[in-house]
Amino acid sequence: MNIKVLYFARIKEAVNYSTEEITLPNDIVTIMALKSYLAQRGEVWANLFNGKQLIRAAINHELVADVAELKAGDEVAFFPPVTGG
Amino acid sequence: MTVRVQKEDFDMAAELTTMRLSEKSVGAVVSFVGQVRDMNDGDLINTLTLEHYPGMTEKTLQAIENEAKARWSIINSLIVHRVGTLKPQDQVVLVVVSSAHRRDAFSACEFIMDFLKTQAPFWKKEATSKGERWLEAKLSDDAAHARWKQ
Repeated sequence: MNIKVLYFARIKEAVNYSTEEITLPNDIVTIMALKSYLAQRGEVWANLFNGKQLIRAAINHELVADVAELKAGDEVAFFPPVTGG
Repeated sequence: MTVRVQKEDFDMAAELTTMRLSEKSVGAVVSFVGQVRDMNDGDLINTLTLEHYPGMTEKTLQAIENEAKARWSIINSLIVHRVGTLKPQDQVVLVVVSSAHRRDAFSACEFIMDFLKTQAPFWKKEATSKGERWLEAKLSDDAAHARWKQ
């Protein structure tokens, strides 16, 4: 399935872009699996998504846990803990 | 119940007056303003840049206002949050809450700020005398958010 993935703040700076369309393999159906999948892209990605850094995820503008399931057409976002106010 | 995310500055006095006069049942208006400090962690701040997630930010802030309205007897609320590059003493955020009696407005205003700090997708990057750095989330903000859980 195809999903849209957005990156924000220091994650965006580390991967060097803010948006991409990804065609996922059939076995990638949760946020947790997507993180592991992204972590295989190389050192920068591994450092971000290997689970050692606290990274929040949202699906279609809702904050979700790592067990949340993905469906085709979702807008997924990865970002650090928020620091507004 | 209004939410605005904007680059432009805001006029706190005008917003307070609008909120105060919006309904004849208003007996109390409570506000919070956050502004950029001149120093953080011992370093001088040149600029503070705020990034956000358009769409999710507005939805999150509206959900926080709705939750405040469900918990307290409030008449109206306003959240204005700025994005882009700011300087020390620039205004960052405004929360205004009106109610018939003060206690509801005080509590709701504090609740909205505690939730905004930990839930709304904003990120701050400061340019200091030692270079640029992203701010880290604070445990004290998580604790302030957690105390509202029932």
